[in-house]
Amino acid sequence: MTWSATARGAHQPDNTAFTQQRLPAWHPLLSASIALPLFFCAGLAFIGLGLGLYYSSNGIKELAYDYTGDSGTGNCSVCATAGQGRAPPPPCSCAWYFSLPELFQGPVYLYYELTNFYQNNRRYGVSRDDAQLSGLPSSLRHPVNECAPYQYSAAGLPIAPCGAIANSLFNDSFSLWHQRQPNGPYVEVPLDRTGIAWWTDYHVKFRNPPLVNGSLALAFQGTAPPPNWHRPVYELSPDPNNTGFINQDFVVWMRTAALPTFRKLYARIRQGNYSAGLPRGAYRVNITYNYPVRAFNGHKRLIFSSISWMGGKNPFLGIAYLVVGSLCILVGFVMLAVYIRCQDQNDDDEDDE
Amino acid sequence: MWRWVRQQLGFDPPHQSDTRTIYIANRFPQYGHYTPQKFIDNRIISSKYTMWNFVPKNLFEQFRRVANFYFLIIFLVQLMIDTPTSPVTSGLPLFFVITVTAIKQGYEDWLRHISDNEVNGAPVYVVRSGGLVTTRSKNIRVGDIVRVAKDESFPADLVLLSSDRLDGSCHVTTASLDGETNLKTHVAVPETAVLQTVANLDTLIAVIECQQPEADLYRFMGRMTITQQMEEIVSYFFSFYISLMERNSNSKKTPCSKKYAIPLGPESLLLRGARLKNTKEIFGVAVYTGMETKMALNYKSKSQKRSAVEKSMNTFLIIYLIILISEAIISTILKYTWQAEEKWDEPWYNQKTEHQRNSSKILKFISDFLAFLVLYNFIIPISLYVTVELQKFLGSFFIGWDLDLYHEESDEKAQVNTSDLNEELGQVEYVFTDKTGTLTENEMQFRECSINGTKYQEINGRLVSEGPTPDSSEGNLSYLTSLSHLNNLSHLATSSSFRTSPENGTELIKEHDLFFKAVSLCHTVQISSVQTDSIGDGPWQSNFAPAQLEYYASSPDEKALVEAAARFGIVFIGNSGEIMEVKTLGKLERYKLLHILEFDPDRRRMSVIVQAPSGEKLLFVKGAESSVLPACIGGEIEKTRIHVDEFALKGLRTLCMAYRQFTSKEYEEINRRLFEARTALQQREEKLAGVFQFIEKDLILLGATAVEDKLQDKVRETIEALRMAGIKVWVLTGDKHETAVSVSLSCGHFHRTMNILELLNQKSDSECAEKLGQLARRVREDHVIQHGLVVDGTSLSLALREHEKLFMDVCRNCSAVMCCRMAPLQKAKVIRLIKISPEKPITLAIGDGANDVSMIQEAHVGIGIMGKEGRQAARNSDYAIARFKFLSKLLFVHGHFYYIRIATLVQYFFYKNVCFITPQFLYQFYCLFSQQTLYDSVYLTLYNICFTSLPILIYSLLEQHIDPHVLQNKPALYRDISKNRQLSMKTFLYWTILGFSHAFIFFFGSYFLIGKDTSLLGNGQMFGNWTFGTLVFTVMVITVTAKMALETHFWTWINHLVTWGSILFYFVFSLFYGGILWPFLSSQNMYFVFIQLLSSGSAWFAIILMVVTCLFLDIVKKVFDHHFHPTNIEKAQMYSNTVAFSDEFIALQPLSRARSQLSKLRWKKIRVQSAQHMNLLKASTEGRTVGTC
Repeated sequence: MTWSATARGAHQPDNTAFTQQRLPAWHPLLSASIALPLFFCAGLAFIGLGLGLYYSSNGIKELAYDYTGDSGTGNCSVCATAGQGRAPPPPCSCAWYFSLPELFQGPVYLYYELTNFYQNNRRYGVSRDDAQLSGLPSSLRHPVNECAPYQYSAAGLPIAPCGAIANSLFNDSFSLWHQRQPNGPYVEVPLDRTGIAWWTDYHVKFRNPPLVNGSLALAFQGTAPPPNWHRPVYELSPDPNNTGFINQDFVVWMRTAALPTFRKLYARIRQGNYSAGLPRGAYRVNITYNYPVRAFNGHKRLIFSSISWMGGKNPFLGIAYLVVGSLCILVGFVMLAVYIRCQDQNDDDEDDE
Repeated sequence: MWRWVRQQLGFDPPHQSDTRTIYIANRFPQYGHYTPQKFIDNRIISSKYTMWNFVPKNLFEQFRRVANFYFLIIFLVQLMIDTPTSPVTSGLPLFFVITVTAIKQGYEDWLRHISDNEVNGAPVYVVRSGGLVTTRSKNIRVGDIVRVAKDESFPADLVLLSSDRLDGSCHVTTASLDGETNLKTHVAVPETAVLQTVANLDTLIAVIECQQPEADLYRFMGRMTITQQMEEIVSYFFSFYISLMERNSNSKKTPCSKKYAIPLGPESLLLRGARLKNTKEIFGVAVYTGMETKMALNYKSKSQKRSAVEKSMNTFLIIYLIILISEAIISTILKYTWQAEEKWDEPWYNQKTEHQRNSSKILKFISDFLAFLVLYNFIIPISLYVTVELQKFLGSFFIGWDLDLYHEESDEKAQVNTSDLNEELGQVEYVFTDKTGTLTENEMQFRECSINGTKYQEINGRLVSEGPTPDSSEGNLSYLTSLSHLNNLSHLATSSSFRTSPENGTELIKEHDLFFKAVSLCHTVQISSVQTDSIGDGPWQSNFAPAQLEYYASSPDEKALVEAAARFGIVFIGNSGEIMEVKTLGKLERYKLLHILEFDPDRRRMSVIVQAPSGEKLLFVKGAESSVLPACIGGEIEKTRIHVDEFALKGLRTLCMAYRQFTSKEYEEINRRLFEARTALQQREEKLAGVFQFIEKDLILLGATAVEDKLQDKVRETIEALRMAGIKVWVLTGDKHETAVSVSLSCGHFHRTMNILELLNQKSDSECAEKLGQLARRVREDHVIQHGLVVDGTSLSLALREHEKLFMDVCRNCSAVMCCRMAPLQKAKVIRLIKISPEKPITLAIGDGANDVSMIQEAHVGIGIMGKEGRQAARNSDYAIARFKFLSKLLFVHGHFYYIRIATLVQYFFYKNVCFITPQFLYQFYCLFSQQTLYDSVYLTLYNICFTSLPILIYSLLEQHIDPHVLQNKPALYRDISKNRQLSMKTFLYWTILGFSHAFIFFFGSYFLIGKDTSLLGNGQMFGNWTFGTLVFTVMVITVTAKMALETHFWTWINHLVTWGSILFYFVFSLFYGGILWPFLSSQNMYFVFIQLLSSGSAWFAIILMVVTCLFLDIVKKVFDHHFHPTNIEKAQMYSNTVAFSDEFIALQPLSRARSQLSKLRWKKIRVQSAQHMNLLKASTEGRTVGTC
C-alpha cells in the first residue's frame, strides 16, 4: 500500500514559515506607553537642537543694502533714472557708504540679490546649451534650438555662449573701499573672486573649447557674443583661468536659482588684513550700475554676510525645531492626561466586573 | 467561385445547416454531387498569440485598458508639443509596465504553446486504407476512425464504434474534463460493436449525422445510418449509394428501408480529454475535432467578476483625474492672467522667438493646458494597476499553500481560479449555501424504508419493522430478520420453509421482493470492473462474494440504496450488455434492460423498463415524492406519504419507488414513441420529455426509502462563526422542506429558540401577498426573538414575481433563511435579487454540484466544494475548497488580510502620488506658471518604479495586522471591514488630505528653509533650482517610505530589507547618478547636485525636521485612535500583542480560562489592556463595538 501513502500527500502544501505566513516578525504597536516617552524624548531633543540652531544662526551677521535706486534712496537713483527706458543703459556708477562700529566677524562673503527675477522660468531655464558650455566644438558652431532667440546673431553667427541665461548675465560690478581713519584715504579691500562657483561646475561641467594656436580668442572665432554683452566671452577676465566659459561669475550665474528672489555669491573677503573679517571703520562700495531691473519691478541688493557651518543667516531652522519640539511635548502632555484619566476609568470598569 | 471566396473570407459561414454529416472513414459517395462539409482540423489552439502577431496583438490588448491608454496619450502629447518633461518620463514607466505585462503574458502563452504542441503532436493510430497508421493528433480529420488503447486519452470527440468487449462497452474517466473520478460506461451501438478489427472496420460504410458542436458536455444527439456492412451482398452496393445520394440531395427524406438509422446519444460519445480505463482498446470515429471539441468549447474564460475594491479604485481614479484636470485648468488660467502684463510674459532677459510670438493664441492655450496635464500626470498612479495585479497574482498563492485549507482525506488543497476577487472574501455579507454535499458529507447511509405502508428501520444490517403494524407478529419480524440474513444463508434460499409462512407473509415477501428489486434495478450504478487485468485496481477483483462488490455511481443516493438492497439479499451483480443480473435470495435472475429514462432535475425522477425473466415488461420509477406520488394510482399512497414526511422530519433524504406493468401492446407503443423521440434531431429534449411523461403514469406505489446524509465536520461552528461575523446565511436546497428544516436545525442554521416563519405552498399571488404581509408584521412586532424563514420554490417564485420588496423586507429581518425545493436557476435568481437590493450587499455562493453552478457564477464570489458530485462546481467557481468548514479561515483570515492589504495598497498609491505631484503644482506659483519641473526627469521616472514600489508591494503581500488565530477566533472582527469600510470616502479623503499636507510640508519647509535664498553651504556658495527640487524629493522619498513603515504591523526580514533598502537605494542611486557627468546626455542638470545637497548641514537638519513633522501628525492620530477610540481590530491588535508578551495560548482558550490567566498578570499596564480584552470579548460576543473611553 505504499503507493497510496505517497499519493495521499501528493497535493499537500509545503509546511514552511513563508507559505504558511508564519515568518518570524516584529509587531510594533504604537501604544501610548511607547509613544509618550518617544514624544517627550523627541520633543526635548528638538528643543535642544532648535536652541542650538537658533543661536548659531543668530551669531551670523548680515548687512544688506538695496541699491536699485528708487527715487530718493541714495545716489544710485541717478543711475536708475538714467537707465530708464534705454537699452543698453549708459554706463553709470554710484556708491554705498556704510560704517561698522565693530569688527564684522569673518570670513565675510559678498552677495548680490535680485528680486522678481524669474531664473526658474522654464523658457529661460532651458535656454542654454550644456554641450556648448562643456567645450564641445561642434556645439560651439551649432547651438541647440532651445537657445533661440539667442541662438544665432543677426549676422547669422552662432552665439557663444548661447541662450537667455547667458545673455542676461549680471554685469554690475562692485569694489569695496575701507577708510580706516575718519577722513582718511579709502583703501581698496581685496575681493577674492575665485571659489565662488561649485568646484565641479568650475572644474568639470564648464570647459572652454580647445585652444586654437594657444589662443582662446581664436577658438571662439566665428561666434558672436550674446547680444547684451559688450565684450566677447573670452574677454570676461584677463585671467586665463577665469575667462571664457569658466569665468566664475558666469558659472555662478548659469546655476539658475530656484525662486524669483535669489542671491548669488559675488566675492569672498579673506585676504590680507581682512582675513579675520571687516574691521570697524567707514566703508564705501563702488557700484558700476549696468543691470536694469526696474522694467520688471525688480530690486538689487548687496549683502555682506558671515558664514558658519550652516551657511548664511537662517533663523527658520532653529525656530521650526523649537516649534516642532514644543508641539511634541505639548501633545505628549495632553496625551498623558487623557491616558491617565482613561486608565482610571478602566480600573473602575475592571472593579465592576 | 465567388461563394468560395466569400466562404474563405468568412462572410458566409461554411456550416449553415443545423447538422453535420460525417462519412465514416471519409468514404464519400463516389457518384453524384454532394457538397462535402468543411471541418476544421484537430489542432488545439489554446495560445492567444503567434510569433508574428504577439507584438501588435499584445500591444493592442494592453492599450485597451484605460490606464495604459491614458499614459499612451500623455506620452504622445509629450512627443508632439513642447512639454516641460521629456517624453522619457512617462514613456519609460509605460514601457516598463507594458513590458512586464507582456513578458508575463508572453510566458504564459509560451507555456500554452508548449502544451498545445505536445497535445497536437501526440501520436495516434488511425485506420486508413485498411491498416492502422500512426499519425500526429493534429492530423485527425472528422470522419477518421481512431484507435485508442487503454489509459490513453481520446484525441478528439469520438463516436464509439466498437471496443474489445463483445457488447461494445468501455469505461471512461472524465477526471480531467469535469473532475469526476468515477468510471462511466459508454457503449457502442450493437450494429458496429461487432466490428472489432481493423479489417472489419474497413468495410463499414456509414454516415453519421449529428448536431453542430456545442459546449454542453452531457448533450449529444445524432444518428448513424449504415449503408454497407460486410454481411451485405455486394450487388446492393450501388443501390445503397444511390439512395444515399438521394437522401443527401433531397435532404430529410424517410430513410430507405434497407438502411439502419441508429440513434446516438451521449452514451456513445467519447469526449476529448477523457481517458480510457479498464478496456484494452476502442475504435471510434471522430465527429468533432480541434477547437470544435466539447473540451475546447468549454475552454472559454469565465465572465469577469470585478471586486468592490476595484470599483472604488476606479472612483478614486476619476476623482484624481478631476483633481488633475482642475489643477491643469487653474494653472493655465493663472498663467494667462499673469502673462497679461508684458513684464512677466516677456521681460527683457527672456525674449520670445518670432515663431512663439506669432503662433495662434488658441493653439498656445491648448498646448499650455496639455503641458500642465503632462506636468501633473503622475498624480494618476501608473504603476497602481501593475502592482495590484502583481499583488493579487502572487498573493493568491497563499490560499493554495495554506495547510489549514488542506483536506488530508481527499488530498485536496484550496484552489484559486480567479485571483481578482481575493479582497472580496473580506467583504461578504450574504452566504448562500447548498445543503447536500456542502453542509453534509454527501455520503449516504441507508436508514429506513417504508414498504407498502409499513415502516422499517435498518438496525445492525437487519431490517426491523417499526411502529404500529396491524399484526406485529413474530413471523413478520422473523421473516425480515431472515431476509436480511439471506446473503449469509444462501444455501437456504431455495428452501420452501420461508414461503410457508402465513398468508400475509407471502404477500409480504412479494411486496418486499418487488420493492428491493425495484431498488436494485432502477439505477445507473456501475460495478467496477470484474474483468480488469491490472493489479492496482483494488482488492475486490479476485473476490466474487457479493458483499465485496464495489459499486460506482454518480449519485451517492443510488449507491447507498443498491448497497442496502444487497445487504438485504437482493444483490445487483452487474450488467453485461443489456442484461442486468440480480441475485435474489441467492438465485440469479436476469433482467433485460430495455430502456433507461434518465434522471433529470426537472422531472426529479428516473425510471427503467426491464423485461423480467418471466417475460413481463416492467417499469420501475424512482424519484422525489413530489414527482412520484402524483403519478401513482395504486399502493399505500397515504401511509407512504405520512412515512415520507416522518423520514423528512428526521432529516433523511427520501425517494419513492413505484412500478408499472406493461402489456405487450402498451410496450410496443412506448418503444416506438421512445425510438422516435430518441432519433429526433430537432427538439429531441422536448419530445423526450413528452414521452417520459406518457410513460411514467398510472404507477403503483411500492414504498419509500430514507437515506441519511451525515453533516460535515464543524458545520455548526462555521455557521455560528459566520453569523457572529455579521454574515447572513441562506441555505438553498432542492430537498423537501421537512428534511431541510431538520438539517438546518442540526447544523445550527436554525436555532431552537428561533421563531420560524414559513412561506410554503402558496398557490396564488394574492394568497402569497397576504401571507407575506402577515410575516412582515410578525417580524416587525417581535424584535427580540430571532427569526428564521422557510420558503419553498413555488412560493418563492410567486413572491419574487410580484412582491419582491415585501419579500426582501421580511428576509432582511430574518437572521436565517432557508429555501427548499429550489431549481438551480431559482438559486441564481435569489442571489441576483439580493445583489440588486438597495444595499448592494456582497454575496457568496458555495456549493458542490452541477446544480449550484448557476448560483456560483451569479454571486460576487463563487466557491466550489470539491466533493463527491464531481468537479463542475469547483471548475466554475472562483475558489474551490474541500470542506465547508474551511470557509471560516478563507473569509476571516485570508479575506480579512487581503482586504486590509489591498485597501492600504490602493490608498497608499494615491497618497504617494499626491505627495509627489503637489509640490510641482505649488512650484508653479513661484515660476510664473512656466511649467518648470521641480524634479529631474530621472527622478520623475523612477519615483514610482524604483524608489517607492517595493515596500508597498511587500507590505501588500505579507501584512498581518492581527494574528491569524485571533482573527479566526473572533469572527466579530470581520464586521470592522465590512461595507468596504477601509476604502470609504472618509478614509480616502484622509489619505488624500494627508498626502496634500505632507506635500505642503515638503514644499514650504524647503521654501522657508531657503528663504531669501541664503546660503546653506558652509563655503557660502549657493544652491540652484535643481538642488531645491532634490531637497523636496529626498524628503518625500524618506517620508513616503516611513509612512509605509508606520502602516506596517508585521515586520519580517523582507519588510526590513525593502523598506530600508529603498531609502538606501535612493541615496546610492542619487550619488551615482549625480556623480557622473553624462557626456551623451544633453541634460546635465543633476551633476553633483545631490552631493552638494548632502554636504550642507542645514539640509540634513531640514530633512530630519520635515520627515518628523510629516509623521508627527500621523503618529498622534494613530496613538489617539488606538487608545481612545479603538476599533475592534485595534483592540485585538493590542490584545494579541499582550498575548505575545505574556502567554501565547490565551487567545486560543475559552473565555473563562483566559480571564483567570489574565488576572494573574498584576502588572498595571497589562491590567489596562486586559480590561480592553474583556471589552473586546464582550464586544465580540455581543457583536457590537464597545468603546473603552
